[in-house]
Amino acid sequence: MDMHLSSNNGPVVELNEAELRNAGPAKERLVVVGNGMAGMKTVEELLAKAPGRYDITVFGAEPHPNYNRIMLSPVLAGEKTFDQIVLNSREWYDANGITLLTGEPVEGIDREGKTVVSQSGRVVPYDRLLIATGSMPFIIPVPGSTLPGVIGFRDLADVDAMLAAAAKGGRAVVIGGGLLGLEAANGLRVKGMEVTVVHLMPTLMERQLDPSAGMLLQRELERRGIEVLTGADTAEIVGDEWVSAVRLRDGRELPADIVVMAVGIRPNMALGKAAGLECGRGIRVDDQMRTSDPSIYAVGECVEHRGVTWGLVAPLFEMAKVLAHDLAGGEGAAYTGSVTSTKLKVTGVDVFSAGDFSGGEGTEDIVFRDAARGVYKRLVLKDGKLLGAVLYGDTKDGAWYFSLLKDGADVSAERDTMIFGQGFGGADAGDPNAAIAALPDSAEICGCNGVCKGTIVKAITEKGLTSLDEVKAHTKASASCGGCSGTVERLLAVTLGDGFTAAPKVKPMCKCTHHTHDAVRAAIVDRGLKTMADVFQAMEWTTPDGCASCRPALNYYLLCAWPGEYKDDYQSRYINERAHANIQKDGTYSVVPRMWGGLTNAAELRAIADVVDKFNIPTVKVTGGQRIDLFGVKKEDLPAVWADLNAAGMVSGHAYAKGLRTVKTCVGSEWCRFGTQDSTGLGVKLERMTWGTWTPHKVKLAVSGCPRNCAEATIKDLGVVCIDSGYELHVGGNGGLHVRACDLLVRVATEEEVLEYTGAFMQLYREEARYLERTAPWVERVGLDHIKAALVDDPERRRALNARFLFSQTFSQDDPWAERAAKGVDRHEFNLLAEVG
Amino acid sequence: MDSIITETAVSEIVWTQVGSIDDIPVLGSRVVRTPGGDIALFRTAADEVFALEDACPHKRGPLSQGIVHGRRVTCPLHNWVIELATGEAVAPDEGRTGHVPVRVEGRSVSLALGEAKLSRGGCRKACGHV
Repeated sequence: MDMHLSSNNGPVVELNEAELRNAGPAKERLVVVGNGMAGMKTVEELLAKAPGRYDITVFGAEPHPNYNRIMLSPVLAGEKTFDQIVLNSREWYDANGITLLTGEPVEGIDREGKTVVSQSGRVVPYDRLLIATGSMPFIIPVPGSTLPGVIGFRDLADVDAMLAAAAKGGRAVVIGGGLLGLEAANGLRVKGMEVTVVHLMPTLMERQLDPSAGMLLQRELERRGIEVLTGADTAEIVGDEWVSAVRLRDGRELPADIVVMAVGIRPNMALGKAAGLECGRGIRVDDQMRTSDPSIYAVGECVEHRGVTWGLVAPLFEMAKVLAHDLAGGEGAAYTGSVTSTKLKVTGVDVFSAGDFSGGEGTEDIVFRDAARGVYKRLVLKDGKLLGAVLYGDTKDGAWYFSLLKDGADVSAERDTMIFGQGFGGADAGDPNAAIAALPDSAEICGCNGVCKGTIVKAITEKGLTSLDEVKAHTKASASCGGCSGTVERLLAVTLGDGFTAAPKVKPMCKCTHHTHDAVRAAIVDRGLKTMADVFQAMEWTTPDGCASCRPALNYYLLCAWPGEYKDDYQSRYINERAHANIQKDGTYSVVPRMWGGLTNAAELRAIADVVDKFNIPTVKVTGGQRIDLFGVKKEDLPAVWADLNAAGMVSGHAYAKGLRTVKTCVGSEWCRFGTQDSTGLGVKLERMTWGTWTPHKVKLAVSGCPRNCAEATIKDLGVVCIDSGYELHVGGNGGLHVRACDLLVRVATEEEVLEYTGAFMQLYREEARYLERTAPWVERVGLDHIKAALVDDPERRRALNARFLFSQTFSQDDPWAERAAKGVDRHEFNLLAEVG
Repeated sequence: MDSIITETAVSEIVWTQVGSIDDIPVLGSRVVRTPGGDIALFRTAADEVFALEDACPHKRGPLSQGIVHGRRVTCPLHNWVIELATGEAVAPDEGRTGHVPVRVEGRSVSLALGEAKLSRGGCRKACGHV
């Protein structure tokens, strides 16, 4: 049947009777391009508000009815079937009188004639047009990105392609460690593929998660057998007729049977652009979702609203509601942007984030870590309001936090307890003690040992416990990680009332933790914590990445505990240890080459003199440790200065290090008429053995050739005084603010024994002293008897300590100057980023 | 970041491209040399970039050489802690160093050197520090 449909002299179109079934002359015609979630949500809302108002035609490019795109991940993982994620069946369209044209992408819009034309040539007129074309996966433009086997993760066809590949097994590389990429990786892994995730950023899902949560997520995925490469930049996709590998910028090549590209989406605005609608990053719309053409609307991922594009479902639905209100003839509705939250849909991995959690001026962080349960929560507050939330491992309060955040609610009253979740506290939420009192007896207080409130209260009342230590001893609550010790103390306070006085607090490492140096060190060794992120989580750090006080300490503790295994964290080192020189008050550096045992020669002195001339070094000074210090070297000159010193055979003197500094000697029996032993030769041997080691604080040694002690050996960390019958070893001395003379540790007969005792003493100090504690206060704190018991009374232990010292030395005796001067290590440290003007 | 964004919205701003965010180590810093003095660029764990005058308000220590944590840097000379977003010293210390608006587009980092709020520092304590 031919019919003239257009009232404004548009073209004559042919539609069959069925398609025109509901086309009454009075009805306006609404054409929806896009059968996805945003477009159909608009139609659903519209039908609810103004049923029958429009004659609706929907074009879908995919050959399916409308489905829940965000549930594609469970389909990939085999947890749902396609039928289960269909939102509106074809019957629904029929029942609502909607003409659904699937598998028919729209190719063009004639704005003058107010018609759209589809790929198959079908022309449909509209009074109002809604563009809801969504987005397309962003394919990074590297060579090979168009090869067969490179798949996006956008629609059911992509899922089918992935499932077909997974059925054959083999290896998948997923490019992109964001929400979609990780869901794809998990699905492919569940389906039996070997999966590697390649992510450009340092941590996963960096837009939704802070680094701590990102690290936990990475651990969990790795535990599931997914390989995760962060900081990995894809250079090329390799293959002839099908992908065979992904090559990274650093040269690594990852074999691949399929490559899933999930680095992001870009608004699909081609149709709008071709029709001459105003476009930015998407089709530009106003607060009523109207494009630059008043009869054309756009909604969903294809739009740019107030300069922002959206890729999550909640904002799309908010847009759809506003638009439906407008289309239904309502007024006053406006879309003004969204606050969003995200959840990762990987079964068994609970991740939630919402709002702005980047911190910043005037914000405060509340961080909660429950190491035993693998929980990390971080709330960011500003001016008494919740600004952002990141939850890992326990996301049940995500919805509550999100509503507080969206409403901009004043949370000052709940501040102290809100991190524990909505169920915590109630009316007296502001008072932590009241919150504890309100807990049921079955509430678990100590996650490590599974101790409930009832058990603790019973122990307190029946056994008459009055202190944290007693509760620990009787119930094991807070006996492991100690994270609940504050809660247990409150329980004591609540149970005993005035009868309880809190124990004097031990001094925590820094403001980031309530644990002491000793507790943290013990945990690193006993619980096998091997990275800083592991320590932050296991010891429930209250800051995301520590501070300038705890980071260098943790770096040292980890380095000491796991020699050869722990990767030194460069950014957790104080500048002198990063630049391998000493910063001076004017920002220049001083350079001290090593002079073994204080010995030098003409060639070395000549090279030093040449360096001084060549680099205009203003001050040259002899140090107390029998070396030469070059002052006023510009930072950018350091590698060149080192290169020249290296060329003359000199290496770093580590004058900047919490490590072995010098071995001061006198000339001894070789020249001195009083000398009893070869003190210089022994000093050189000691320095060769101990140089390069990292220690809690600086370490200085000395060897004097006779009891006249010209090398001042008895105010050194370890000093050797030669005597006729052998050697006296003195330990725990220093000059400085509080001068302390050494204690005599032992007398030995041979140089070999001196070396063994020295290695053992160094290792005992390395393993037991707190960071930035020199040997003098350490020896005073633990007592000389403790040192003697380990080194003198227990030869077995002495040998074991020495062996551990020598083992760790095999990883630390590379000249850091040569690495930087010749091999270009850490070049960025010495070069400007740019010079302008 | 808010304060910086407000400033950049004022008028015609000249952005000078100085490098890629990847050139700055995470939790680290790099220096841009300008006729007005060195500018230190910092990168946080969350991949934000901030720019401060490379001089501590206390004794003008080079902040670029400090340890970055959260959105703060600790000066290498005397451990003053400075807010990266504002240049303000964290209490109990008092003082403020200059900051420069930063724009990150993709991986590219630009500075609005003309908008820099540079100060000749100086400790506001009564102790006479300059």
